[in-house]
Formats: sequence, structure tokens, C-alpha cells
Amino acid sequence: MNGVRFFLAHLTRRQDILQITLRFTNTLVLAEHTGDKLNPITLNAVNAASRLGEISVLVAGTNITNIAEQVAKVEQVKRVFIADHEKLKHRLPEYIAKTVETLQKQYKFDYVVAGASTFGRDVLPRVAAQFDSAPVTDIVAIHSGDTFTRPTYAGNALCKVKTSAPMKFLTFRGTAFKPAKESGGNGKIEKAPDTDFPFDGVEFLSQELPKSGRPDLQNAKVIVSGGRGVGSADHFKIIYELADKLKAAVGASRAAVDAGYVSNELQVGQTGKVVAPELYIAVGISGAIQHIAGIKDSKIIVAINKDPDAPIFEIADIGLKADLHKAVPELIKAL
Amino acid sequence: MRALVAVKRVIDYAIKIRVKPDKTGVIKENVQHSMNPFDEIALEEAVRLKEKQIVKEVVAVSLGTSKSQETLRTALAKGADRAIHVEVEEAIAERIEPLLVAKMLRKIAEVEKPDLIFLGKQAIDDDYGQTGQLLAGLLNWPQAMYASVIEQESDKTFIVTREVDGGRESIRIKIPAVISADLRLNEPRYATLPNIMKAKNKPLVKKKLSDYGIELAQQTLILEVTEPPVRKSGGFVEDVPSLVMKLKEMGVV
Repeated sequence: MNGVRFFLAHLTRRQDILQITLRFTNTLVLAEHTGDKLNPITLNAVNAASRLGEISVLVAGTNITNIAEQVAKVEQVKRVFIADHEKLKHRLPEYIAKTVETLQKQYKFDYVVAGASTFGRDVLPRVAAQFDSAPVTDIVAIHSGDTFTRPTYAGNALCKVKTSAPMKFLTFRGTAFKPAKESGGNGKIEKAPDTDFPFDGVEFLSQELPKSGRPDLQNAKVIVSGGRGVGSADHFKIIYELADKLKAAVGASRAAVDAGYVSNELQVGQTGKVVAPELYIAVGISGAIQHIAGIKDSKIIVAINKDPDAPIFEIADIGLKADLHKAVPELIKAL
Repeated sequence: MRALVAVKRVIDYAIKIRVKPDKTGVIKENVQHSMNPFDEIALEEAVRLKEKQIVKEVVAVSLGTSKSQETLRTALAKGADRAIHVEVEEAIAERIEPLLVAKMLRKIAEVEKPDLIFLGKQAIDDDYGQTGQLLAGLLNWPQAMYASVIEQESDKTFIVTREVDGGRESIRIKIPAVISADLRLNEPRYATLPNIMKAKNKPLVKKKLSDYGIELAQQTLILEVTEPPVRKSGGFVEDVPSLVMKLKEMGVV
């Protein structure tokens, strides 16, 4: 049935039929935001979801009118639900999931989707469980209304799946879909149905979100990453210097994180962030499969390593066999 | 307090996997398997809580073919007290999805009445990253996913630090709760030879899905498994000036 809906929605450009079709394919996108800023992955999710049907977006939190207004202007967005409640302030998955569940029971969306970020991965399966639906997570390609491709084995295999879940709960990998335009939309803003929050099993205490002033890893056009080869936390400053020169974000391999050179949120790879910048510069990174999984959709990969047999060179567009402690300062000077 | 730990047998993380020529999956025969690395971390945390005398008993659970018993023996050697193996045939194992695992774990939780259920944050084969959240949803328990620090606060509460995008956050959860382990949580121990020997005598019960009243239901059908497009090496440049020149030619700097 969903396949048919998808077919109609996409092969028919006649407005009347389109509307009849879309009435049956409603998609809810969960907006991700920090309280005062919309997380860009929401735009990637909206764009991916626009291929599945008419888009509604849920903005949940406290004092979120600004975010809702921003979302309403996003191209393709038809409706924005605001769920403003003290319990949603810190966007804990238990409470967000309950809000989504209430909304879903009332509106029976065909799809409930989000970006494949911590937020989306946390919330979506919890809701899906309430509807006896198996989610499809980390989608990188949409083939039809029920058929998707997702990477498995750290990106070493691509798996095409067809879901027969009664309701479709999906997360989209941000780097695999272009962001929706932030203007051109004219979504109607309305209040989400009231939700009861009797659950009190969890309580937010604090958060620590270091601000670097550098671009965010997942949206950066250029990323400079360091690995164990950098040698120490102190030596990592040449990575920051090179990044500053290129207005780049800083990343790291798991080895560098484990060695304590940088903190965890900079980790790029299967279990860290998946990135796809225009230029990825891997410095002192050998290129374990788990790291490669997170970078292989980058446009250009540059590797600087003194070991010519390092696996990173097998996928790098430009390789430089050199001591990074000499090459990186030289590179900073030359740029 | 009782801890339940879900462990999965997967192809070893260091193996370069190969896709089957008929595109039905990846080659698993004669390939080194081991415990999913995140599950090792989850198990280690449960065992450490036992060593701190916060947890009295650690029960390891695995759903899979007869070979999953090896994984459970490893769990016992690393400090689990007993194990439950829910055995399925190979053909069925291929069709198991996170929702089914979550449903089974819910049933086991109803019998075993754990206070904490530990899982890895994702299995490195399917890379789904769903089971913990699905289970917490089914049980309506709090979920502390991507945990990097777990501290008992009182008889009924734990403070958990979670690795989230952009940093970390700290939450208070009431037991019973579901916790998934991030890489940062701990450094799992190796099983020593004496402990491996002792593990052979620890109880391991065999169950079937039907013992828990669960039937195989597969909502996500795998149509095709393929190799991702291969990135080719562009070769080496001599020195830094030629690197800069090439980057300029490409228009990226």
C-alpha cells in the first residue's frame, strides 16, 4: 500500500491527485534543537522525508516559538506542532517519546522520522516499541515508500531492506541527504495535543557542551583530524592550528580519544560521528575500518602519515608520506 | 540488586567482512566471531557493580545459534554468575531484528526481575542501535543510553553520564532501568585461564523463543546486501608544496 502511495505521490504532478494522495501519506519529522537553535540535521531529515509525503514537524521543549517559526519557513513543511512543557525542557527521550506517542495516536502518521543523531536514535525506537513497529535506522537512500538502504558492518556492506512495519519509524543519516531550504515554506503552527507525563523515572541534572568557536564537525566543509600518530594532547595543537588556518572543524580517531589527546565528542567513525566534508585531512591516522566508516563519503581525503603501508592511503585521494610534526607546520606556513 | 546483561555474538571487529556473491548477506562461515565489543563493556560494568557489592547477581543472556554459547561462556569467565541461552536455528538467526530481541528481553525481565538491564549501544554487525531503546519503551523503564559513567546514588537511583552529540549530559535514573554502554564506560577485562575453567561449571540454561511465548516476526526484510562503492587511492605526492599545489588545483583551499 505504501509503495502505491509513494508511486502516486511522485509520478503525479497534478495538484488535485497529489493532494488526495498526500492526505494519506503524512510524515512527522522530529525537530532537533538546543533550545535556541535548530540543529541542521533536522533540515536533512525534512528533505529526506519530503520524498515520503506531506510534512509535519514536531518542535518540543520550552519557549520554542522562535524555533517553531523558523521551522515553519522551511521548504516543504506544511504544519508545525508545538509541544511546550516543563518536562520537555531538557529533551529527555522518555518525555519526548511520550509526546510523539500522543501525537501519533491522534494523527496516525504513516512515517515518524528524525535525523540519525543521538537525539533521533534515542527517541524513535522508544516510540516505535509502543506501536509494535521495527524502526529502520541510519537510512542513506530511499528507494520507495517502504524500501531503504542502510549501511551495516561499519559501512562495509550496504543493506537494502523492505519494511512491513505497521507504522514506519525511520532515522536518516544527515550526510546522505541535502538539507531542505530554510525559506520558501509556509507551515501552519499549532499546539500539539496535551500529553500527560506521569513517568518520573528520569531527571535531568546537568550538561557539558564545550563550545569551540570552530565549525561543527557534522556541518563543516573542511575537517582536520588527528590520530594516535599526533603523539600527545600537547602536540594536538598543531591540528587545531591547521584547522584554524582552513576554517575547519577538528576531528579525531578513536585511538586519539582513547589516548586522552582530545575529548570523545570529536571522535569520527562507526561509533563516533559520520562526516562527509568537501575536504578531510587525516593526520597521523592509520585508517582502521571503524574510522574509514565515518569518512568515506568525504569528497577529497588527504592523508599525512609516515607509514606508507597505513590503510588510510588505500582510500586517500592525496597521500603524503611524511613526519606529521614537520609536514603540518610546513603546511600551515604554505597555506 | 540483579543485573541482566544482553550479549551478542558477532563477526570480530578486526575482520574485514566480505559480501556473499549472491548478495544475500555477508560470509560468516569460518570467520572469527566474538562478543560484540559494546556488550563486553556493558558486561564489565555489571561485573564491576558486583565487585562494589551494589549488584548481587549478574545474569548474561544471548539469543542466537548454538554457537552463542561460546559468547555466554566468555561472559561467565569475565564474571557473570549464570547465563541464559535462547537458542534458534541458523535460518531463524538470520531473520532476527532488534524488536524481537527487545520482546524476548522483556519476557526474560518479567521472569528474572532485574533492577538494571545492560546492553551495548549498538551491535557492530547490523549497526542498528535500537535494542536498548525498544526494550526501555516496551517495559516503560527509564533509558540511559550511551553511558560513560554510572554511579549509584541511593538504593533506588543511579547518576548516569551520557555521551551525547556535542558533549555529555548527566541524568538521574530510578531503577529498574535500561542502560546502554558507550565505548568510554570502561576497559573490559580479559578472562583469565582459571576463570575460563571455572566458567565451565557455572549454570547455563537453554531456552527457546517458544518458552517465552515469542514467535518469529520479521518486519524488516533484507532484499539485498552489496559492497559499498570502492574509493580508489589517488597516490602519493612528494612533499608539502606539491600537496598544496594539488589542493589548489582541486579548488578546495
